[in-house]
Amino acid sequence: MPDVQSLVNEFILKLKKRKVEGSQATSRHAAVLLRSVISQQRIGYTNQAGTLIDAVKAVGEQLVAANPVELAVGNIVRRVLHIIREEDLSLTTAAMAGLNLSALSDDDDDTGPVDHPVLSAAAVAAASRSTLRPPSLQTLLEDMPDSTAVPHTSSSGGDSEGKSKSADKSSRSRKLKHDVIEALNELIQDIDTCHEQIAEQAVEHIHHNEVILTLGSSRTVLQFLCAAREKKRSFRVFVAEGAPRYQGHLLAKELVSRGLQTTLITDSAVFAMISRVNMVIVGAHAVMANGGVIAPVGLNMVALAAQRHAVPFVVLAGSHKLCPLYPHNPEVLLNELRSPSELLDFGEFSDCMDFGSGLGSPLLHVVNPSFDYVPPKLVSLFITDTGGHNPSYMYRLIADYYSADDLVLQRKAASSS
Amino acid sequence: MGAQKKSSAAAAARISDDPEELSRVPLQAVLLADSFTTKFRPITLERPKVLLPLANVPMIEYALTWLESAGVEEVFVFCCAHAKQVTNYLQCSQWLSQPNFSVATIESHNSVSAGDALRLIYERNVIHGDFILISGDTLSNMSLNRALQEHKERKKKDSNAVMTMVIKRSKLSPVTQQSRLGTDELFMAIDPDTKQLLYYEENTNHLKGTLSLDKMLLIDNPSITLHNDMQDCFIDICSPEVLSLFTDNFDYQHLRRHFVKGLLVDDIMGYKIYTHEIHSSYAARVDNYRSYDTISKDIIQRWTYPLVPDVLLFGNSATKLEREGIYRATEIVQSRSAQIGPLTVIGNGTRIGNNTKITNSVIGKGCSIGSNVLIEGSYIWDNVTVEDGCQLKHSIVCDGVVIKSGSVLSPGVVLSFKVVVGQNFTVPAYSKVSLLPQPTKQDSDEELEYADNNSDIETSPIAGAHDNLNGELTSDLTDMQSSAAEELGSGGAGYIWSICEGASEEEWRHSVAPVPAEKLAEISQTIDDDLDFSYQDGNAPASSGELKPGGLSDSDDDDVDANNDSAYFEKEVEATFLRAVHENVKVDHVILEVNSLKLSYNMEFAACAGAIFYSMMKLALGTPYNSSAELYNAVVNVLTSWKRLLKSYLSGKDEEIEIILKFEEMCSELAKELSPLFTKILCFLYDKDMISEDAILDWESEKNYADESDRVFVKQAEKFLQWLREASEEEEEED
Repeated sequence: MPDVQSLVNEFILKLKKRKVEGSQATSRHAAVLLRSVISQQRIGYTNQAGTLIDAVKAVGEQLVAANPVELAVGNIVRRVLHIIREEDLSLTTAAMAGLNLSALSDDDDDTGPVDHPVLSAAAVAAASRSTLRPPSLQTLLEDMPDSTAVPHTSSSGGDSEGKSKSADKSSRSRKLKHDVIEALNELIQDIDTCHEQIAEQAVEHIHHNEVILTLGSSRTVLQFLCAAREKKRSFRVFVAEGAPRYQGHLLAKELVSRGLQTTLITDSAVFAMISRVNMVIVGAHAVMANGGVIAPVGLNMVALAAQRHAVPFVVLAGSHKLCPLYPHNPEVLLNELRSPSELLDFGEFSDCMDFGSGLGSPLLHVVNPSFDYVPPKLVSLFITDTGGHNPSYMYRLIADYYSADDLVLQRKAASSS
Repeated sequence: MGAQKKSSAAAAARISDDPEELSRVPLQAVLLADSFTTKFRPITLERPKVLLPLANVPMIEYALTWLESAGVEEVFVFCCAHAKQVTNYLQCSQWLSQPNFSVATIESHNSVSAGDALRLIYERNVIHGDFILISGDTLSNMSLNRALQEHKERKKKDSNAVMTMVIKRSKLSPVTQQSRLGTDELFMAIDPDTKQLLYYEENTNHLKGTLSLDKMLLIDNPSITLHNDMQDCFIDICSPEVLSLFTDNFDYQHLRRHFVKGLLVDDIMGYKIYTHEIHSSYAARVDNYRSYDTISKDIIQRWTYPLVPDVLLFGNSATKLEREGIYRATEIVQSRSAQIGPLTVIGNGTRIGNNTKITNSVIGKGCSIGSNVLIEGSYIWDNVTVEDGCQLKHSIVCDGVVIKSGSVLSPGVVLSFKVVVGQNFTVPAYSKVSLLPQPTKQDSDEELEYADNNSDIETSPIAGAHDNLNGELTSDLTDMQSSAAEELGSGGAGYIWSICEGASEEEWRHSVAPVPAEKLAEISQTIDDDLDFSYQDGNAPASSGELKPGGLSDSDDDDVDANNDSAYFEKEVEATFLRAVHENVKVDHVILEVNSLKLSYNMEFAACAGAIFYSMMKLALGTPYNSSAELYNAVVNVLTSWKRLLKSYLSGKDEEIEIILKFEEMCSELAKELSPLFTKILCFLYDKDMISEDAILDWESEKNYADESDRVFVKQAEKFLQWLREASEEEEEED
């Protein structure tokens, strides 16, 4: 498949050159790419899931190695692997269920393909494995008939529907691929709509006459604030400019153009202003399994200030930003150091970096990290597209999205290269 | 970078919208994979400069990566010396199979300069539109969109704008007068509005502090800025005309020395060169060993982001950045007791022994470094063996070198490929060691460097033989060892190249080693002496208060400053005075104001007096008059009403003489109408006790030895002077 390979190479190059920016764009791109990988992958009659998993892993390794700092790529690869596993499992169980249909429907009082035809594959899989490990909270909630209050998780992908019961061996080969692609389409759609889904919850969190503080710029935050504005909430926003890239300026511009009362402050003024703030709402680069956040630089300071004044610190993150790794994992690159030219003018400081005289090593070092790590104890609430969660609940959410077998993806990549 | 992407998309959209660009030609670039110099010898005898590693990645990778990411679609790599090696390298790399980015090589074996190369490219007829001209040793992360767009817009308006040069601000070292890249001081005159380049001169003589600008430059251009803190990035955006210009002027060899200067001097064709200054992005060219050092450090300090070792742009092995700028590849064997200092890169598969200290250095792949080794500010390439107890300071060690135990490399040493340094041997500072004997044909003259390159080609087959016939190499080595053993200690192999006379003086300037402290002290001493000297003779013309018409001295900054200052001072005083006249300010206040001006410009009373007198005369001239009598009345009016102001600055004879001189100057140059009244006004000043007779007589005696033309006013005042002399004699008689 030279076609797919060239697509993969193109994306790898883009990742290497840091040309794709933003987790959402990256993860969407990765998901679309993996979808085409899967659709082009030939699969035999035996061990279909294994073939798909190998194919996705092979591509995934390259993608992760291309830009290890962008954790969203690894997340999506793991999500896709998880989807394949789940679909495979659901097909197998469905086949089994089809064989002893009558027995199952008698025993099971609340779960079973017959009673709930819209039940998700993930739910079936989870239910079938319920003897092996405790069911996740999410699936338990979903299994309840009146689960309309909770939005569907994205991993609950392709609907098994009535067709899934056809345990025909010959149709299963096409079935698995079809189901996986269906589920992937849903995942892509989820990534596309994650901003709106998060923004929908804005009114629950932002109240009249409140003062919101944010730092830098995040599309999620922008939509969140605008959604609250559209619902006729009147509130004020303090925007810390987010040195050295000053994306806060752009955010302030956007907010003003949508009629929000905005105040722009320097990053260093955050502590002075925090006592007037009712809530801090920020975006994130990635959310780790322990509930810690990798966020644009400066946010740790904001979080500490918020804690000092008991101001809620709310992090908005689409579910593609949930990373199943722990920040103490050596495979996790926490930071990307960017060019010092964002901080100071080369021409003005060129004499401080003259290696030709003196000791041969300059006295001036400039460090420009892009990310901060905010520990979970400083975060009050995560708002994802599936609702609001506590930091301590993150690992649970992650268990729903990823299977434990795939966590080692990166280590394998490192050893194989 | 999101913005960058957007702007590139916008630029692309604009291009496609443009009806003229319907038949859009792909953006092309010419990459000269040969520097046509000999500065990197002896290394370049065996391997072309563009393939030398910079932070463990060949230079050409940086150049190609940048071109690709900047949106160039077609690159012509021009290879000359070691053309085979370059083409082989490209064939093995991923570059030839890139989508949307084609790399084609053009080989030549008889081109000896950039000029020849461009003439050959013109003959091939492959360039169809604007193209980027860079050398293969250029490193940048700038975005070309802005510069390209500016170039195109200028081109549309004026078809003579053939080239845009990229420049970047970078301060000179105040002591050695060279840039941090080790290049010579560069003077550029640029029109601040249009950014047109008007003058380009490299100052090779470090102690000579003057440069001369053509008077026409100052006349033709309302304003120019003169820079000596600009660095030429050697990235040029050229129109196709540039190639034909090279063909028309077959004697153009060097891109800057001949082409740029040629265009600037030649105003018949009217071709123009513009500049584009980059601020936040990085661009530099590896010109000599010093810039090799500086640019390596810049990469390590991430100025070139994303072209940094831990970003996997080049298919290099995974490297991790740790604190204090230590880049470590993933598979390294390092002793627990080894100390890796800041700003260090360590390549894959390298082994480091006990108690070894490494700081500010780059270590290549597969090196083996023994115990108790000290490595400081050095560049060690691939597969080098450093045995126990060696000391390496500020040196470059090429592939496959063996340094036996206890050896010392002094600062500035360059060891070329596969050299063996014997046990306990100290390689002297700034020496260059190679397995190849020094070419006998030596052209130390830099002007002939392209001719010199011929010898490079002659010797390159030998180098190829060395690379290819590894089996025979050992026997070769033994031969060499017998002849060159004594040069590098027992068991050593290699020739220490003798440094040609004249160059040794300057060796420290271009070496990887920092300038030694004693040298710095020595230079700053000579500079101090020089400055003292220039202060002494610089003060005399300063008081004349006008620019020397012939030239503008630059490094004598104080001189220019003084000139400018006194001119500004006069203007300020005049403005103050006029304001005082129009707004009826009290004399005391005017005196205060002038005094403060005097302090801020650090002027003397004489200058104040001169300036005030000058402004008074200007005021008088400003009032309407029909005859010289009326003018005289006007002058008298002004003088009487502002007598107190003038008097307060006339504390002595010197000031009075200054006034007379000023007056004389005005009459002869500025206001010819006043000249007939010279004597009358002088007489009036004397009457009103503003100028004493002593001052007038001194003035006369000063003028005694002057030219005839200068004595016009002395003659005019002859009668008055006569009378004065008699009067004073009478007084003496009375006494």
